[in-house]
Amino acid sequence: MAVVFQKPKSLTDLPFHYCPGCPHGIIHRLVAEVMDELGIEGKAIGVAPVGCAVMAYDYFTCDMIEAAHGRAPAVATGIKRCRPENVVFTYQGDGDLASIGMAETVHAAARNENITVIFVNNAIYGMTGGQMAPTSLPGQVTQTSPYGRDVNHCGWPIRVCELLSSLEGPEYLARVAVNNVKNVNAAKKAIKKAFMNQIEGKGFSLIEVVSACPTNWGMTPQKALEWVESDMLPYYPIGVYKDRSAAKEDAK
Amino acid sequence: MAQRILMKGNEAIAEAAIRAGCRHYFGYPITPQTEIAAYMAKKMPKIGGVFLQAESEVASINMVYGAAAAGMRVMTSSSSPGISLKAEGLSYIAGSDVPALVVNVQRGGPGLGGIQPSQSDYFQATKGGGHGDYRMIVLAPASVQEMASLTIKGFNLADKYRMTSMILADGTIGQMMEPISFEDAEIEVYEKPWALTGTNCERKHNVVNSLYLKPEALEVTNFERYERYKIVEENEPMWEEYMMDDAEICVVAFGIASRVAKNAIVAARQEGIKVGLIRPITLWPFPKEALRKAADKVKGFISVELSMGQMIEDVRLYTQCKRPVGLCNRCGGMIPSPDEVLASIRNAEKGVF
Repeated sequence: MAVVFQKPKSLTDLPFHYCPGCPHGIIHRLVAEVMDELGIEGKAIGVAPVGCAVMAYDYFTCDMIEAAHGRAPAVATGIKRCRPENVVFTYQGDGDLASIGMAETVHAAARNENITVIFVNNAIYGMTGGQMAPTSLPGQVTQTSPYGRDVNHCGWPIRVCELLSSLEGPEYLARVAVNNVKNVNAAKKAIKKAFMNQIEGKGFSLIEVVSACPTNWGMTPQKALEWVESDMLPYYPIGVYKDRSAAKEDAK
Repeated sequence: MAQRILMKGNEAIAEAAIRAGCRHYFGYPITPQTEIAAYMAKKMPKIGGVFLQAESEVASINMVYGAAAAGMRVMTSSSSPGISLKAEGLSYIAGSDVPALVVNVQRGGPGLGGIQPSQSDYFQATKGGGHGDYRMIVLAPASVQEMASLTIKGFNLADKYRMTSMILADGTIGQMMEPISFEDAEIEVYEKPWALTGTNCERKHNVVNSLYLKPEALEVTNFERYERYKIVEENEPMWEEYMMDDAEICVVAFGIASRVAKNAIVAARQEGIKVGLIRPITLWPFPKEALRKAADKVKGFISVELSMGQMIEDVRLYTQCKRPVGLCNRCGGMIPSPDEVLASIRNAEKGVF
């Protein structure tokens, strides 16, 4: 019988520890499919974050390292500067990348560090049980914003792609989502481009994946995906925020 | 005769690192160690190496972590407040068993403190600094020559035991110039099958990690690491003894304090006082055997330090408080004069410690 669908080679056999309905599984799979398609499994070195994806090192078959909270871009920098022939990526959440690790994120982008960053934005701290994230929406109820995020008290959520797009450095910044099939397919294309950019030596690529957290949002998986569409995407619009090579092409 | 080069202490560290095979340096500017970064910035691009000024001490130590995991001889350097910022990374590096070299050219603290020489990071270097159960090999140079030779030794030991070697220097030795030689340098090379190189689809993936959610697994990992530390404690203590053969008073001092102490000891000997020096070269592993033996024959110890008295606790510990231990110290960037140390020795001669 012909095989029409199978697990990517770049994923191990270990069952994911993620909650039911969590899109991390989809995003892991997209990264693994891209690694398979580009044939880079043997060259890839992944950097896992602190957050829900902390055990990503168990799921990818490539060499992996676990970074301290927020430091993945610095760790990736250290690896890439030693082994420029390898393909180095980080996989980080919103607390990791946009709160505690913002300095490392901004400076890796400013240096146009030739790495690929997969940034999963689900507007909440998942692993620690649902606290307010730097990307939690105004009014969003979390464990540490029980009356809803009050922007007068704790400020506004950060749009990472827009923020980084003001820098000269980064090659490619795009926001995608995984709340429906169309968006998942588009997300894969963007992730592939982000890895291709590194292979071609173009520099820093960050893909912000707008995701969901049914458990900590207190929603069914279906409702959570609807909330991505109705509440997340209006604040975090899908799109390409920087594509230096494409801009150069256009200029010609 | 060996060729001798006149070098500044900080530059000697940088040159020695390059000679030891270090081709990756990540750092952040801080006084009084900036010459190390400047030297690396100049040299590395010319020899195919990487000098990268990071956005912070935190980022630089994490770049070191990544590079070390990738199997490279890598280093960073800083001074006291910067080392506090690196503490997180030091803990992760220890927890992941990757080798690195970290230089601390100490200045006075706490807080922003000052920029003059100090030894007040002894506790931080030898007892922890970062969280969790771990050790670093701590090397304390007392000359520009040792800045170089202990840097090379530090890289060898780091690779051999898969741990961090820290050069615990001070602003004086960092800034002073002396003639040195690299001719005796022995570079050891160790296989690193655990390193992140890419699997090349030929082996199971390597994972560099310090997370163990099962307490049994974390405990076993710590037990195994401490077995390794035990070997370091048995094999690697280094110290110098000076005029100890007939000594009745033992001065204990490291780094720049040991040089002041030697002057005072020579002066005291001229007065007929039988005094000698034990100079720990490794602060961890501490030369406990030397202290234990000395405790059986001298009437007391004087710990000479550029701090409020930190090493003195180890002197008491490893002499099992058998003999009185006095403290002769200055701090905050001040250095005790030979006369101050001599006064302490004269007091000790009278039984006052």
